[in-house]
Amino acid sequence: MERHLALSARGVQMEYRDRQSGRRLLALENVDLEVPDGAFVSLLGPSGCGKSTFLKIVNGLLRQTAGEIKLHRVAKGREDAMVFQDASLFPWYTVTDNVAYGLVCAGASRSAARERAQPYIDLVGLKGFGDKYPYQLSGGMQQRANLARALAVDAAILLMDEPFASLDAQTRELMQAELLRIWNAARKTVLFVTHQIDEAVFLSDRVIVMAARPGRVIADITIEIPRPRTLEVKRTPKFQEYEEQIWKLIGGQYEPAAGATAS
Amino acid sequence: MTETAAFRVIHARVRRRRHPLVRWYRRNERAVLSATGIVGFFLLWQIGADAGVIDKLFFSSPAAIAAAGWQEVQNPRFWEDARVSGWELFVGSAIAIAVSVPLGLLIGWYRRLNYAADPWLNFANALPRAALIPIIVLTAGLGIEMKIVVVFLGGVFTIMVATVEGVRTVERHLLDVARSFRAPQRLIFTSLVIPGTLPFIVSGMRIAVGRVLAGVIIAEFYAQTQGIGVMIYKASNSFLQGGSDRMMFGILLFTLLGIVLYETVGYAERYFQRWRPGLDLEETT
Repeated sequence: MERHLALSARGVQMEYRDRQSGRRLLALENVDLEVPDGAFVSLLGPSGCGKSTFLKIVNGLLRQTAGEIKLHRVAKGREDAMVFQDASLFPWYTVTDNVAYGLVCAGASRSAARERAQPYIDLVGLKGFGDKYPYQLSGGMQQRANLARALAVDAAILLMDEPFASLDAQTRELMQAELLRIWNAARKTVLFVTHQIDEAVFLSDRVIVMAARPGRVIADITIEIPRPRTLEVKRTPKFQEYEEQIWKLIGGQYEPAAGATAS
Repeated sequence: MTETAAFRVIHARVRRRRHPLVRWYRRNERAVLSATGIVGFFLLWQIGADAGVIDKLFFSSPAAIAAAGWQEVQNPRFWEDARVSGWELFVGSAIAIAVSVPLGLLIGWYRRLNYAADPWLNFANALPRAALIPIIVLTAGLGIEMKIVVVFLGGVFTIMVATVEGVRTVERHLLDVARSFRAPQRLIFTSLVIPGTLPFIVSGMRIAVGRVLAGVIIAEFYAQTQGIGVMIYKASNSFLQGGSDRMMFGILLFTLLGIVLYETVGYAERYFQRWRPGLDLEETT
């Protein structure tokens, strides 16, 4: 079974020591997770549950303090690529150069990288915007470029860290539908972090529900809504049942003005 | 008809076609008014000098300054002075930039280097550099080398402090992007650290313009060998023979040079930041 897994995590733990109080904080406690090849899996939970931390560990931006993560090695290219929460585009680069960035990092020449970036610019719906600078794009278009940048390195697994959190409601829904279209075309494994229940249910094959303090997995729910899904799905009883089920799992955890720890 | 009294009617603003001269003025209002301000100042100066309100002996008058300037530009000594001052300024500034930018990038980037260098940067920045001139003269003599060193010291720390500050404030989340895509160190510098720091470097250079110009003058006053600074100094010594005309000409020349340099750096700033929204927009009101 092992070779069909894009990612498997065993007993992952992330411990911080609070600088002021010297107390230990468990951002992640004993997280197990298996993501099959080609699956769309969401990590869902309140802030402070460690979902973004987990993603950063997979990406290599942070190192866990215990446990092990295996990424299915790919023949060529990268195992993983990150789509960031803020579009995080380089403001002095055009869209094309931003999308080509990961390829340049991997050693491609600038012109070759630009050429290889082009199909991904088209795929995310930014055709004709290649020469624009990020400030000339709307928030939704910036996120499209952010997504194209991660797609362009042709990694086996796409890590998405609340990529639509800062968009307005309409744009967010549109981008959710767009993401499914692109996912369908690009055939990637996706690990998607969000705190929005409807977003997780709509997009995912499986929703991993997490809780905070300490950050841990409390449920793993398979979403049996047939694909392709359109936004109308959100108004079906089945969809709302899932929402209800998950809301009950995490609803009790939201505290007003929980001053501490961000994820 | 009395019902209309119940409404306050907001009328559309009808754009009337105005006289071409009025339209030309509206388009160039800023330039016209600032030109008026400059011309007005010199006019008042001239009138005040002619009326005896302003003492010509010390402050000269625009007409006399222009006449002195005309005399000067026909004098080969003036061009030699200008060449020497210009060369000091150019070489001193160029070395200052060549040293401060790479060093600033390194000090900003390497945390430990930053900790070690920070006190010295503060020290060097706080130090009144003119006080060092005697030491510089002892080691470098009274020639052009000493003046270049003074100009260099005038600019180098200002630009370096700004560069360090720029690197320290490079956006964290863009650094995460670079690291996430495993950017090699060299690429992190060229794609992120340098473009992110450039605005700081340029504003450091803008502040440095005044300081390197001051460096030229102070060094030339001290060395008394060659240069526009020497011309100013000597002219001021002969003020009873109308030297203040020439002195004022030299001062205005330096001021003009300062403005030109300042504007050139500003232009470079806009060019390097063409990716930034709204910088090239003129005010419309």
